[in-house]
Amino acid sequence: MAGEHQPIDDDAGHEDRLPLGPSIAAAAVSAAVLLPVLWLIKTGFGVGFESAVALLTRPRTLEVFVNSALLVALTTAACVAIGVPLAYLTVRTDLPFRRFWTIAVSLPLVIPSYVGAFAFVSAFGPQGGFQRLLAPLGIERLPEIYGLEGTVLILTLYTYPYVYITARASLKSMDTTLIDAARTLEHDRWETFRRVTVPQIRPAVAAGALLSALYVLADFGTPSIMRYDVFTRVIFVEFGTFGRDTAVLLSLQLIAVTVFILWLESRIRGEERTTAGGRSRALVPLGRWRYPAVLPVAAVAGLALVVPVAILVSWLLATGTTANQSLVFEWSYAINSVTVSAAAAAVAVVAGIPVAYLSARHGGRLPDAFERISYVGYAVPGVVLGLALVFFGSAYAAPIYQTLYLLVFAYVIRFLPQSVGSLRASFLSVDPALPEAARTLGQTPVGAFRRVTLPLVAPGLFGGAALVFLTTMKELPATLLLRPSGFTTLVTHIWTAYESGYFGQAAIPALVLLFVSGLSMLVILRQEGYDVK
Amino acid sequence: MSNKGQSTVDTDAERRTESPVGSETAETAADGSDATVGGGSRPGSDAPVLELDGLRKSYATETVVEGLSLSVREGEILTLLGPSGCGKTTTLRLIAGLERPDGGSVRLNGESMSGSSFVAPEDRGVGVVFQEFALFPHLTARENVAFGLKNRPDDEVSDRVDELLELVDLAGQGDSYPDQLSGGQQQRVALARSLAPEPDILLLDEPFSNLDVDLRVEMREEVRDIIKRAGVTAVSVTHDQEEALSISDRVAVMTDGRIEQIGEPETVFQHPESRFVAAFLGYASFVPGYVSGDIVETDLGTVPREQIHGLAREYDHTRIDLLVRPDDVSAQPVADAAEGCGRVVGRRYLGPTFLYEIELDTGESIQCMHNHDENVPTSGPVDLDLDADHELAWFPREQRPEDDARYGT
Repeated sequence: MAGEHQPIDDDAGHEDRLPLGPSIAAAAVSAAVLLPVLWLIKTGFGVGFESAVALLTRPRTLEVFVNSALLVALTTAACVAIGVPLAYLTVRTDLPFRRFWTIAVSLPLVIPSYVGAFAFVSAFGPQGGFQRLLAPLGIERLPEIYGLEGTVLILTLYTYPYVYITARASLKSMDTTLIDAARTLEHDRWETFRRVTVPQIRPAVAAGALLSALYVLADFGTPSIMRYDVFTRVIFVEFGTFGRDTAVLLSLQLIAVTVFILWLESRIRGEERTTAGGRSRALVPLGRWRYPAVLPVAAVAGLALVVPVAILVSWLLATGTTANQSLVFEWSYAINSVTVSAAAAAVAVVAGIPVAYLSARHGGRLPDAFERISYVGYAVPGVVLGLALVFFGSAYAAPIYQTLYLLVFAYVIRFLPQSVGSLRASFLSVDPALPEAARTLGQTPVGAFRRVTLPLVAPGLFGGAALVFLTTMKELPATLLLRPSGFTTLVTHIWTAYESGYFGQAAIPALVLLFVSGLSMLVILRQEGYDVK
Repeated sequence: MSNKGQSTVDTDAERRTESPVGSETAETAADGSDATVGGGSRPGSDAPVLELDGLRKSYATETVVEGLSLSVREGEILTLLGPSGCGKTTTLRLIAGLERPDGGSVRLNGESMSGSSFVAPEDRGVGVVFQEFALFPHLTARENVAFGLKNRPDDEVSDRVDELLELVDLAGQGDSYPDQLSGGQQQRVALARSLAPEPDILLLDEPFSNLDVDLRVEMREEVRDIIKRAGVTAVSVTHDQEEALSISDRVAVMTDGRIEQIGEPETVFQHPESRFVAAFLGYASFVPGYVSGDIVETDLGTVPREQIHGLAREYDHTRIDLLVRPDDVSAQPVADAAEGCGRVVGRRYLGPTFLYEIELDTGESIQCMHNHDENVPTSGPVDLDLDADHELAWFPREQRPEDDARYGT
């Protein structure tokens, strides 16, 4: 029955006109989000055509472009190559301890990649701990960890979970009777996987790969530590050496590449055609490969999780003699981190509500435009955003420049997509008949929203806030660029310790960061009912 | 598109091609019959609670409601009945104020709800029972029922809620959340919630479509009973003709955003004013006949003229179609094809009865119903008897569309 009235019910949710209050609020949010990018574009035009062409065609610029493209392509491919098989193993096969492995291979997401890079470099770099261990055996040199290979390795280890999680969700919700059907149509397991499963999970894998690719492109810490020249690193260096024009032009180029990747993903994803259907609970038996199959899974989890944590703990135990007094950890750093992150989460949710509400409840050209604009943060890497706001703030917004307001503003722009995404899904899951029922029972539109819609979207609201909180805690480049002088967070403290070479000083803040990130991850998993059975 | 319980025309395309014919027929038939057949509101009776006048609504390019007018009297249950997409739910939403009309007016108790100033749903005094009930999942049954009772002292609210839970026979379930209640219980909570603020009019949107078939029949009786006890005026919407005929005081059959016929259930069923109404309400076959003096000659034998409802003189010596329901016709196997008038081409088992599809020698198709224990052989010639003990409806022959297949097959 439900399907029969589709054409009418589709329109049923929307009144003819957009509500004024939310529309104004959403327009204001959109304007604020667009501001830095527009400023950047304006400044880019200010450089002048000829010098812009000269800057952009320098061999150095081309090299940066090729480096970045290689890094993104290789890392994304590696993420898919690791994430999809892991998802298949933990969802569809009788791998031992699947619950445990599901959690173990999802967890690298809470480790900021630059902390991982930091740990790996100190362990496996020249004169690192690992090399010193092997020195008595006559091993003088380890394979080079700096450069492309090392960067790909580290970024893969900390971004494959995006692909893993989306592929897993898709495999779990997939109608397994389709597989049974293919088998009865004389397809073996491999053919079935290729012709039935792959097309079904492709949109999810593409979405996960997009997240990985965007992360890699925007990541500043890892390539810097791994001494690999990509956009973010070069922009940061140019900015530090007052190469404003170059920094701005490279930033615009980076945004263009990001937009290209977004476009590419929308092409690859294709149309989602899923059918609800029966499930057969039967797992694929691995036979004699059942126990050996644990090995690669354990290797990934061990490398991504155990190695960095072990290294951080070993630093913690070894500190003392080499400590630099100016780098002693203070708990106020953690409090600073939590405070700005909580503020960013709160503002991102409040700003996200009108945008998500209009898009979910009304649709139409304007609400859709607001929603798209809110996703600008996705396409603007932290270093670019930080740069834009530094210039913009110092030129036009002096009162808030070098204050926490500007820093929180940057976080909100950057992570608004997360809160809007989460809120929009929540609003969509509320039956439009519920606020209508409240209206017929005497509530005004505002009353219906407050008494019915808001309580029902509360879980999504907190989920979105937790997500923004988690990512803000880890954010490095914008924090470095925009923090008021003297304001130290966990992240900036880690960075200072790294730059001054006192690795041991980074152990406590890094471990505290992991702990807090882990907590917010738990909140998210609870919210989203990430059942690991 | 559902086709359960009715073998009727059902797809959009079919309805479109048919409706002009249907409406002409309606007029013609109405002309020929004695006055209006229980249709429309009787002037002079109680002042109407609800009046719709030339109501129009379209979405983008599609017109959903087109010049719809009707009025509902105090204490009456009126059902808008029609196939999906006929605009009945939109009409209900226009009455509730959940949609704004593009034209025409909605008047509740004589006050205009739209036009120069649009009255918001919360200010209309309407109660709505939504299709999926729309119970607030974060509130208990009690809290749901109390939701619309604003600005009253707590003990008064509490008394009113008790009273309503009592009315819908759920006194013991007040503290359950909607997901802890069965479908029937949810429906009763929805009903109690919408009745709590004492609305002037109660609107029910496909109220039973969400229930299992068994429960549906049971809840129909119960809901009608509750509405009558509460004494509230109600407008219900459904595509299920059986439901409409059983719970309503009056039925309005809708198609293409207009009302095709309105009247008491028996009248609409027995004297449909158009082929569409005839075919939409139950199984319908059309038997061709020729009006000849005091009789009408048909393939099934002759029918006395007085048994044809309102057959006017000007149709003498013309061809007409008689509307026959499957229980008006019976089939007997005959040995010789010359004695029969057709043969069985299909048989459908409906449980208590068999529905036979008979193809007449003239090519017409007629349905007839037999008890499940009477077996008509599906091969060999049969003879058909028309043994209706009530008046039959008829339609002028030339109104008949080319394609017979769309009716009652």
